[in-house]
Amino acid sequence: MSNAAHKEPVAVVGIGQTKHVAARRDVSLAGLVREAARRALDDAELTWADIDAVVIGKAPDFFEGVMMPELYLADALGAVGKPVLRVHTAGSVGGSTALVATNLVAARVHRTVLTLAFEKQSESNAMWGLSLPIPFQQPLLAGAGGFFAPHVRAYMRRTGAPDTVGSLVAYKDRRNALKNPYAHLHEEDITLEKVQSSPMLWDPIRYSETCPSSDGACAMVLTDRAGAARSPRPAAWVHGGAMRSEPTLFAGKDFVSPQAGKDCAADVYRQAGLTDPRRQIDAVEMYVPFSWYEPMWLENLGFAEEGEGWKLTEAGVTALDGDLPVNPSGGVLSTNPIGASGMLRFAEAALQVRGQAGAHQVEGARRALGHAYGGGSQFFSMWLVGADSPAA
Amino acid sequence: MREVAVVAFGQSRHVRDSAETSEVEMLMPVLHDVLARTGLTAGEIDFTCSGSSDYLAGRAFSFTMALDGVGAWPPISESHVEMDGAWALYEAWVKILTGEAETALVYAYGKSSPGEVRDVLTRQLDPYYLAPLWPDSVALAALQARALIDAGLTDERQLAGIAARSRAAAADNPYAQLRGAVPVGEPLAAPLHTGDCPPVSDGAAAVVLAAGDTARRLTERPAWIRGLDHRVEAHSPGVRDLTDSPSTRLAAERAGYFALPHGPKGMGGAPAVDTVELHAPFTSQEVVLRRALNLDGPAGADIRINPSGGALAANPVMAAGLIRIGEAAARIQRGESQRALAHATSGPCLQQNLVAVLEGEAR
Repeated sequence: MSNAAHKEPVAVVGIGQTKHVAARRDVSLAGLVREAARRALDDAELTWADIDAVVIGKAPDFFEGVMMPELYLADALGAVGKPVLRVHTAGSVGGSTALVATNLVAARVHRTVLTLAFEKQSESNAMWGLSLPIPFQQPLLAGAGGFFAPHVRAYMRRTGAPDTVGSLVAYKDRRNALKNPYAHLHEEDITLEKVQSSPMLWDPIRYSETCPSSDGACAMVLTDRAGAARSPRPAAWVHGGAMRSEPTLFAGKDFVSPQAGKDCAADVYRQAGLTDPRRQIDAVEMYVPFSWYEPMWLENLGFAEEGEGWKLTEAGVTALDGDLPVNPSGGVLSTNPIGASGMLRFAEAALQVRGQAGAHQVEGARRALGHAYGGGSQFFSMWLVGADSPAA
Repeated sequence: MREVAVVAFGQSRHVRDSAETSEVEMLMPVLHDVLARTGLTAGEIDFTCSGSSDYLAGRAFSFTMALDGVGAWPPISESHVEMDGAWALYEAWVKILTGEAETALVYAYGKSSPGEVRDVLTRQLDPYYLAPLWPDSVALAALQARALIDAGLTDERQLAGIAARSRAAAADNPYAQLRGAVPVGEPLAAPLHTGDCPPVSDGAAAVVLAAGDTARRLTERPAWIRGLDHRVEAHSPGVRDLTDSPSTRLAAERAGYFALPHGPKGMGGAPAVDTVELHAPFTSQEVVLRRALNLDGPAGADIRINPSGGALAANPVMAAGLIRIGEAAARIQRGESQRALAHATSGPCLQQNLVAVLEGEAR
């Protein structure tokens, strides 16, 4: 651990994403990833020849029915003759993929790396793809919502949070999405009443408090100091990044606030030299697939004391004009190409500190956190990006 | 660049069918074995990375249960690639190079027995133009073998010789599945006979990596990773020259293999490695890899190729590549090799290839 100071600083100089929609019937898998990759290269004003290696990530192969799709996608990713890595760490994969790519530059193995994550959910049905029955193992029941709803209920019971907090999160994120041209859901006529009267899916989670199923891809170009110096647009610098995992099920596991999430955040803050994340971080893109995960993660990530997260949400602190904006992009609640959702959090955090988030820009954002989680609240990946080079 | 070494390697006894054990049960003894060799506990490992496939397991997120075999509590720094474990080792090697970790545990496992692995692997292919035709892994390898024979680069007799040499070598490998002579057998997909093809295997493997002095402290003779690189080729077999493996050659070059000092038999032949572990599930693929790595020159005669028996003796998909690195490293650790090349492959007809150059401490 002692040699960490010798790492090459890593910069995000290109970001691209597709317009996320329920079904991209106009493109193949290759066409989808190509579109995002091309946009990231254009943003960085680089060409395929400038890329030394490609790191891609996505959630389970069953979602598209292609085993190890990096093999088939090698051509579309401009990777022929280059190294390709394929990461899969469940829902956290988009974040983990970006971190593996970051390490390639930090270790000085490569200078400029393309990282990309995607999901084309319209190729199958993710809920049932997650629910294949396995002998002698606890069934996941009906997809992720069935798994997570009891943990939300546990959070409500533990903290005494009023029933309405979840709908506030959903209303905020769907409103934020209206400012993000790439977001999947653009519900111009959304009202809080509509969220609160939407059908109950997995009590206490209502239809409008769940993420959509999206087709989409997200790509980033990561580079070293020399690459950043040539970048035509401001870079986002990686100040810290970490992954943590814990088992799916075990006696003593806290599903409401998993230790792995706390440890991961603490590691990232330590690397970035942050002592008061609530004050020092200007924007957060966190992985909130079901509305209640915003207050839960606010506590898990150290932005609020235990039992207090819902109060930040209720007081509007996490709104786009609040003092800790959470998911200005509209988040996973508005866009969920599963494998790409984590990378979208990382990329949106980078857009904020580059000052390139457009209508959902947080004024003067200098430091932003990207967060992703997956599995049974057991896999976490996070990065902290800043407008200033970490050496500065 | 930091020095990184393989300090321990372990594997399961590979079998045709492990229906009575789960993936975790198959993996756990292997993990305990490699950790015991280093005296480390799972909690003392700085980074853990694994390789496996949901398509073999028949369920999404199959690696999450395997993590139970590690005992990830308190939480650990961990990652997973949906690739052969050799690429998990690559990710772990990079992690150590960043300085964020001193030690890493790498593991991989695969059970081919629950399904028809030949059919399952067709799902790796281009889903629009190739997969709908269900060309299986044996049929694609047979096309490659035919191309080699048509180009005058091998014949069925030489292929049979590779099969015989591999299985004879495996007689000394207690973990191998096919040990000793195996009949050439019936043509399975001409020109390949059953003897040219790998067995269907269930198995697991694990490696511990460590940096610099930590490696020296953990083992008497670390197997230093002097170079490690991997490259991919175009996907469609129709646009590739199947008799060649430019990605293997490029990965070997980037790993420093061709820059190694050459043996006493001179330049133009193979660089001075004494051991090569090739991940060639089909006899014909060894021919391709030998050509890419210049192993057929006069100096090549002194090089031991696949002393473990290779994938022809045991082929646990997703672990077989990691096992090549582990076998090469273990020979260095036992003092039976001074410098070795290990290779791993993925995809149809050797589409993606990884090369590691390993070396023992100078004596």
